[in-house]
Amino acid sequence: MGPSGTGKTTLLRLIGGQLRPDHGQVLVEGQDVHRLSRRELYRLRRRMGMLFQSGALLTDLNVFDNVAFPIRENTRLPEPLVRNLVLMKLEAVGLRGAVSLMPSELSGGMARRVALARAIALDPMLMMYDEPFTGLDPITMGVIVSLIRRLNDALEMTSIVVSHDVAEAGSIADWVYLISEGRVMDAGPPQQLRREASDWSRQFLEGLPDGPVPFHYPAPDYLDDLMGGDTR
Amino acid sequence: MGPFQRLGHAALGVLERLGRGHLFLFRTLLAMGTLVRRPGLLVRELYSVGVLSLLIIAVSGLFVGMVLGYQGYITLVDFGAAEALGTVVALSLVRELGPVVTALLFAGRAGSALTAEIGLMKATEQLSSMEMMAVDPYKRVIAPRFLAGVISLPLLAAIFSAVGVAGGYFIGVGVLGVDAGAYWSQMQASVDFREDVMSGVIKSLVFGVVAAWIAVFEGYDATPTSEGVSRATTRTVVHTALAILALDFILTGLMFGDI
Ligand SMILES: Nc1ncnc2c1ncn2[C@@H]1O[C@H](COP(=O)(O)OP(=O)(O)O)[C@@H](O)[C@H]1O
Ligand SMILES: [Mg+2]
Repeated sequence: MGPSGTGKTTLLRLIGGQLRPDHGQVLVEGQDVHRLSRRELYRLRRRMGMLFQSGALLTDLNVFDNVAFPIRENTRLPEPLVRNLVLMKLEAVGLRGAVSLMPSELSGGMARRVALARAIALDPMLMMYDEPFTGLDPITMGVIVSLIRRLNDALEMTSIVVSHDVAEAGSIADWVYLISEGRVMDAGPPQQLRREASDWSRQFLEGLPDGPVPFHYPAPDYLDDLMGGDTR
Repeated sequence: MGPFQRLGHAALGVLERLGRGHLFLFRTLLAMGTLVRRPGLLVRELYSVGVLSLLIIAVSGLFVGMVLGYQGYITLVDFGAAEALGTVVALSLVRELGPVVTALLFAGRAGSALTAEIGLMKATEQLSSMEMMAVDPYKRVIAPRFLAGVISLPLLAAIFSAVGVAGGYFIGVGVLGVDAGAYWSQMQASVDFREDVMSGVIKSLVFGVVAAWIAVFEGYDATPTSEGVSRATTRTVVHTALAILALDFILTGLMFGDI
């Protein structure tokens, strides 16, 4: 968790090997992601799933083909088996009835659930979610929150959820890292964090408008500015 | 920044883009092997890049051929050489107008569509999500579209020329009364396969590579916002047109030397 623009998405992209760090290393299952050859990186990515903020469904394919996409591209399973797998994944997110819809016909929440079904199509060991709760109505949000937890337990995955929704993320997380300005500010189980957090973390967790993070963007002296110090 | 710094900055920017463009082409060519195993990917793009451009190419070819019929006749009839109309129409089309006008139309019809499609896929994170699904966008998205452009353009240029010759015939023979036999026989006698037809084919092949390359690169390199995609689409049309016209000059000069 952390405020917008602190590099949460960047962190996920680093883990997925889409960005290269200037220094430092990223280890996934003991492998240094940025030392892998292209072939090894792609093999590792087959065991990772990522849910993008926008869903990122392929707009020229319907729901079925979107979920089938990673299976068809990465395996040589016979088509009846692909069909069964796709239907199972869609059933898991409650959208088996939507197989033949196009992405443009889906609501935001449905699109995200389809993208979720697609991300787990190859049974990854690591799932990454980029702000899965933003822009959803309360019901859909509840659905996604419980889906993330249930899928994690059922498929025995590791899930990394990036979020700034304190209540939702806190309700399903085993461990929370608060990051800001590229640094980990606080870490621990959610209850403990709420009890013994630093000032900064308390401001973030409780949503206080002013505190260590000032309400005002850095500005010249207010009075000087009003008196017309220098005009822009 | 002073004016010299700004100039240097701009020059470095251009060089950097050129470098990226060449690396991009190199990776696209490396990804081409997939298309041997999965020709279906290519066929789909051939349809949307090539087949859907057929109508505009055929209609434009017809009009250009008909105009050539009129203009050629006006010049030739003064010398009493109206029978040579077939030669004039065919040579203009095969050597010059076929490849060039087709490439310009291609940039507007297919190139801009390719750029917008790929740019939007990038802006909506479809390319990133493919990468995370262990699918290489170069293999799945870029290579088939690039090759479809390279294959389509020479074929479209040939169709443009053929329809244009028919258009010239329609005006010359049908409207202006040039002898039909003379139109065809003069054309057959003086259009040389190796020199004329091949020079047109070589041109349209080169134009195909350049137009397809610019289109897919601009899409892939677009800033992932709606404004970025719109600017990339414009750049595709402008850069392709400039590159085609400059290359046409260079190629014509080179081939002229042989004659
Ligand atoms: N550690 C970092 N090094 C370099 N750039 C960074 C770093 N963290 C974030 N950024 C930049 O900050 C911007 C916002 O980061 P992003 O990951 O999108 O933030 P968030 O997802 O937390 O809102 C991006 O443009 C990114 O390039
Ligand atoms: Mg983000």
